[in-house]
Amino acid sequence: MVEFALPANSRIAVGKRVSHAKGAKRTKTFKIYRWNPEDGQTPRVDSYEIDLDKCGPMVLDALIHIKNDIDSTLTFRRSCREGICGSCAMNIDGTNTLACLKPIDDVAGDVKIYPLPHMKVVKDLVPDLNQIYAQYAAIKPWLQTQSAPPPDRERLQSPEERARLDGLYECILCFCCSTSCPSYWWNGDRYLGPAVLLQAYRWIADSRDEMAGERLDDLEDPFRLYRCHTIMNCTKTCPKGLNPAKAIAEIKKLMIARR
Amino acid sequence: MTDNSLRSSLSRARGLGSAKTGAEQWWLHRVAALALIPLTLWFVFSVFHLLGAPLAVVQDWIASPTVAAALVLLVAVGFHHAAHGLQTVLEDYVHHELTRLGTVLAVKFILYALAVASIVAVLKISFGG
Ligand code: SF4
Ligand code: SF4
Ligand code: FES
Repeated sequence: MVEFALPANSRIAVGKRVSHAKGAKRTKTFKIYRWNPEDGQTPRVDSYEIDLDKCGPMVLDALIHIKNDIDSTLTFRRSCREGICGSCAMNIDGTNTLACLKPIDDVAGDVKIYPLPHMKVVKDLVPDLNQIYAQYAAIKPWLQTQSAPPPDRERLQSPEERARLDGLYECILCFCCSTSCPSYWWNGDRYLGPAVLLQAYRWIADSRDEMAGERLDDLEDPFRLYRCHTIMNCTKTCPKGLNPAKAIAEIKKLMIARR
Repeated sequence: MTDNSLRSSLSRARGLGSAKTGAEQWWLHRVAALALIPLTLWFVFSVFHLLGAPLAVVQDWIASPTVAAALVLLVAVGFHHAAHGLQTVLEDYVHHELTRLGTVLAVKFILYALAVASIVAVLKISFGG
């Protein structure tokens, strides 16, 4: 059944408070989820008070400042720090988003930061993405064709056909959407979730791909596709402004169109 | 699927493959929802009109072929829609395979039994049994 309470070893305790804002004019407190698989403790939330004039404007800047100058044990993923790699996805102030695109000033009061919801935690803010990457691999996210490629050039696509990929190709696979979807929380072992379904549609919609039928066959399943109940959390949370719910609706339309 | 299984993530994700069904059920659910709008409005409106009417009048109303047909439709579509809706809810929230199968079957049996009982009742009045 759905779990309404956290299991005992997941209950979150109050952690340490660190102030690193002596003489600061503008301060902010960051309450950050911490869990270390090696210390045998249950998770806790540590508080760090920082001087906003000592770090950049985004939540990721604050995390980097904390790690560099206050507590080097804080663990999180990041790479590009400009919203293009998808590494720094986490739950900030109750919403899944990218730490590098979230201005600190957007958050009123303390900034609460948790890992992406309902995923196994590797450490602190790092979720285990093995399963969701495997689901992504399972939809074969590459161009599949039967006809041989033209010998002298790439496969062509008209500007209109290319335009159909707008709103799909920009997805950076941060999984903010999938981990905000209640259907993915409850049935993530079989439901593919919005991120992977948006990707599946990205290949179905590609005029150069020749395997749309097989792709639809592989998706037609009460769990893989039809667990989406158009709750729209995915679209609401996507930090890139994409609309996975619409992509899923397009897949469902094609399922009917081909009958 | 146990946690200490050594299966690869991809093998888990691909699982037993797709069931290759679901589109039809999904479509029927939408069509039923649409059909239920006029049917329910008509039913509520009619019952409101019949409030306080003597039994014989109500029986006459049900006995009319158009009314009987509409009632049978309402019952069939309504219970089908309810059965599918409840099945969806159970599949969402009950994760133990056998419990899920059991509750889905039980709920469907109860709803279809109620549907049949209602339809028999309508026909009985309508044929003056
Ligand atoms: S619209 Fe579908 S995929 Fe998006 S949050 Fe809702 S159920 Fe999940
Ligand atoms: S659709 Fe948006 S939220 Fe989902 S993975 Fe892609 S970029 Fe992230
Ligand atoms: S660090 Fe690359 S998306 Fe935030």
